[in-house]
Amino acid sequence: MVAKKTPLYDEHVKLGGNIVDYAGWFLPVQYEGLIPEHEAVRNAAGLFDVSHMGEIVVKGEDALAYLQYLTTNDIASIETDQIIYTMMCYPDGGVVDDFLVYKYADDEYLLVVNAANTDKDFKWMIDNKKDFNIIIENISDQIGEVAIQGPKSEKILQKLTDTDLSKIKPFHFDRKVNISGVECMVSRTGYTGEDGFEIYTSKDDIVKIWNAILEAGKDEGIKPAGLGCRDTLRFEATMPLYGNEISKDITPLEGGLKFAVKLDKEEDFIGKEALKKQWEEGLTRKVVGFEMIERGIPREGYEVYKDGKKIGHVTTGYMSPTLKKSIGNALIDINEAEIGKEIDIMIRKKPVKAKIVSRKFLK
Amino acid sequence: MKVLKDLYYTEDHEWLKVEGDEAYIGLADYAQDQLGDIVYVELPEIDDEYEKEEAFSAVESVKAAADVYMPVDGKIVEVNEELLDDPGLLNQDPYENWIVKIEIADKSQLDDLMTSEEYEKFLDEEV
Repeated sequence: MVAKKTPLYDEHVKLGGNIVDYAGWFLPVQYEGLIPEHEAVRNAAGLFDVSHMGEIVVKGEDALAYLQYLTTNDIASIETDQIIYTMMCYPDGGVVDDFLVYKYADDEYLLVVNAANTDKDFKWMIDNKKDFNIIIENISDQIGEVAIQGPKSEKILQKLTDTDLSKIKPFHFDRKVNISGVECMVSRTGYTGEDGFEIYTSKDDIVKIWNAILEAGKDEGIKPAGLGCRDTLRFEATMPLYGNEISKDITPLEGGLKFAVKLDKEEDFIGKEALKKQWEEGLTRKVVGFEMIERGIPREGYEVYKDGKKIGHVTTGYMSPTLKKSIGNALIDINEAEIGKEIDIMIRKKPVKAKIVSRKFLK
Repeated sequence: MKVLKDLYYTEDHEWLKVEGDEAYIGLADYAQDQLGDIVYVELPEIDDEYEKEEAFSAVESVKAAADVYMPVDGKIVEVNEELLDDPGLLNQDPYENWIVKIEIADKSQLDDLMTSEEYEKFLDEEV
């Protein structure tokens, strides 16, 4: 299958983006370079094209009941214009996807899902619709989305709108924000660990928004930012990536996301029984953070050993651009998962010493 | 891409500069450009012997790791330890900043490598 272009493709080419096929989309890994873009987000602002993300609407009188059944978090706990992070699981507790739910109204919600999972998610949702009185609509092709991330995000975006952005609190949104004459939905969310906003509008208008933000942020040092730093930023900020820290084979509990799994939720949800059992019996493995003691960079997929025995694998690893240290996440045997313990990462067939640390690398 | 005259090149984008029976080996401009900001270099031990096309070093950017291969059979006689503290030197000047110096085992193997003219053509056509 040929990869798709987002509405911003031509802008990426103009900006000298290094374009790759990611999750079926042509997107830039980097423009100027991963490190300067990463630093721009931590210290000023970066602008990401996230138009590849999937958007699925659930509406109808049973919308809430359906989402309570479909997902692990308590969707009843949010108000209109509020957002919650949640997951949907298979009956065995493996993860179908992790995503944000935006509450439009008591009977209408928007799910923003991982690009690579959009079709799978949509099918899963339809297959589990049961008798709930709802409509499920995949509107991904109609929407363009950008994310401005970094401490100067509000200052930059405020130049383009009369809406008081300071009134949009973290994990909240405003459906009607006029930015440079275009009506957008703006949420105070992101995937970098920094303050920032995600901006949704029609795919035809997103180019105008993209260029307006880059222009408005010039003096503040905004940079267009690629997928490369999106991953290093989210990883440093302890955010999971589907397929790495959670997947159909790694449950949310193993992935360290218990906060988003409400085992005591009144309603039944898909995977609840299996997850409850796993929690009560105790985990046999979990995702931990680690830091290299000896020289070397851990990479996704590298094996982890302890005393010559394989105990797991690296789920994400980098030379952290913020900390200038080699750090990673690994899914390992629970008996070796204590903070401070030493482990070996197999780098090019050689064991290299590391020690387990908190996954909250930025503190 | 910058291609320096009077060096030998491989299809994996290593360069080799011959001095008598010894040679310096480094990464061609194209390779460092493809990798992006290099943040880590792994060096071999002195006196280690490698065969042609065997990996003797690794260079890594934030995003990717790449092996560096021996252009010819040889023994490591010197390693550029400056790269351990400042791997970015390979981006700044890939031809000035060599990775290792080797003793060439069999000089007839040089005939299998590309000249700078052949390498330029290779970059135009193949890459």
